[in-house]
Amino acid sequence: MRLDVKKTYKLFIAGKFPRSESGRSYQVKDSKANHVANVALASRKDVRDAVQAARAAQPGWAGASAYNRGQVLYRIAEMLEGRREQFVSEISSLTGKTQKQADAEVSAAIDSWVWHAGWTDKIDSVAGSMNPVAGPYFNISTNQPTGVVGAFAPQGSALVGFVNTIAPAIVSGNTVVVVTSEHLSLPALTLGEVLATSDLPGGVVNVLSGKEAELSSWLVGHMDVNAVDLEGTSNPTELEISAANTVKRVIRPGTYPREGAKGNLQHILDLMEVKTVWHPKGH
Amino acid sequence: MQAEEIVGSRLTNQSLSRWLHSLPGVDKVGLEARAASLATRSIKTTSKVWGLDMAIKMMDLTTLEGMDTPQRVRSLCQKAMTPDMDDPECPTPAAICVYGDMVPHAKAALGKSKIHVAAVATAFPSGRASMKVKLQDTKDAVAFGADEIDMVIDRGAFLSGNYLEVFKQIQAVKQACQRPKGKPAHLKVILETGELQTYDNIRRASYLAMLAGADFIKTSTGKVTVNATLPITLLMLEAVRDWFDQTGELIGVKPAGGIRTAKDALRYLVVVKETAGERWLTPELFRFGASSLLNDVLMQRKKLLTKTYLGPDYVSVD
Repeated sequence: MRLDVKKTYKLFIAGKFPRSESGRSYQVKDSKANHVANVALASRKDVRDAVQAARAAQPGWAGASAYNRGQVLYRIAEMLEGRREQFVSEISSLTGKTQKQADAEVSAAIDSWVWHAGWTDKIDSVAGSMNPVAGPYFNISTNQPTGVVGAFAPQGSALVGFVNTIAPAIVSGNTVVVVTSEHLSLPALTLGEVLATSDLPGGVVNVLSGKEAELSSWLVGHMDVNAVDLEGTSNPTELEISAANTVKRVIRPGTYPREGAKGNLQHILDLMEVKTVWHPKGH
Repeated sequence: MQAEEIVGSRLTNQSLSRWLHSLPGVDKVGLEARAASLATRSIKTTSKVWGLDMAIKMMDLTTLEGMDTPQRVRSLCQKAMTPDMDDPECPTPAAICVYGDMVPHAKAALGKSKIHVAAVATAFPSGRASMKVKLQDTKDAVAFGADEIDMVIDRGAFLSGNYLEVFKQIQAVKQACQRPKGKPAHLKVILETGELQTYDNIRRASYLAMLAGADFIKTSTGKVTVNATLPITLLMLEAVRDWFDQTGELIGVKPAGGIRTAKDALRYLVVVKETAGERWLTPELFRFGASSLLNDVLMQRKKLLTKTYLGPDYVSVD
């Protein structure tokens, strides 16, 4: 008789899979309250390390051509497709969804990656502008990534909500530190393995599993974070006040639906800054 | 105590050689293991606050670049006088460390503040110049008002066994640190441990420098591949501790180069306390030669006070 080899679910920081710096872990249970796996319980120091990794990766990711970022995002969809079964089984075990429903959720997640992959080189064609000015100048507004995004994935969604939280951030060249749903964290952590094998540079997405209430004040208050997505938080008002100290961009819970196979352009633009430049017309 | 008394005979290269080579050999494995085990010690809460403040007080804020300008030195002095603009209670570094020709600018910028000006001298960093040039280099800096002189030893002479030559050079520079009026400049002797090849050599160079009258022994110039490391600093701290037991003279230690994070600095403080003892936990006897360390310590200090992580955008770029 042989014993099953169980997977250790670990964090995803800077392209590596460390355990929590604190050494802690917690139990994840399935929909019938049976123990499924032990998962790393991230601490504030993991938040610190993740932000550092995200900051280090940001200029390189934003500097990659939009076309290249699109290829990488599409590659994520390809890799996700190849591991469909694993995600279906994790989702149905944790949420109690039927195989068919779980399969539909994975399909939505894959489609959302493809949808976002298409946007990388089209954001400015749609949202940028050539502005009329009274003088011999071109006046051009373009959208630039804001930098490091701290995000809290929705608590009630195992995979597609997580994808629809990170994809709108990284599509434009931001890097992201994301806290998973506490109880439905397994598919998000497994997605880290997909990201690690999709040519996504280390540090562009950093995944922390743990208690949102423990980590939120550290991540939202962190002065080196440029924007926060508070979707999965329980006390967004307090956090919004804290984010105001360093004039961070804030996405409030419920602003954008996270369950669909498509994202939302405004969601992408909410995590970008408009840059306007003047350029003399040559006569 | 006179050098002859300590060595036990008239000073010749032979007698110095015999004395230095009679020092016990360094247990490399033991030294590195000891340093590594001290580095694992965790410093938290109030001890951490104390340690960070002490690290700032022990700092020789340094700029030693070919591209240094009077403006850059002035802005560094401003930063030393007001490390944290939001917090007037923030301690200030012990000294500004610059090239000799920048001493007048640093002196002027620091005004009446208690921060010292340290100047590197004797053809820093290589030390490859005639004795006449080295002494003039030192005298110039002293005349400009430098409070401390950081000299380099002649590594070529040391490694070829010409200990008497190194000894004489240090003594001569010490002489050049005298002022007709007022206190002499403090002499720090840079051993450039990264070029000395072995731990045994570092121990010998430490003793040689102390014998010749160094007030401080300093690890490195910061200009070679291997700079200050924890084991090397531990070794030099053992040397000053044993020297004190033998002669009653208190000599300082200054690791320099490569110390960039607050965590590193705290590790060094642990090594100081556990090796030389608490008596050495003062800027009079222990210094950090560093340029980027200050920003990291300030960020850590602020994090402890505000419970918020800072980004590099919130400390000055120098």
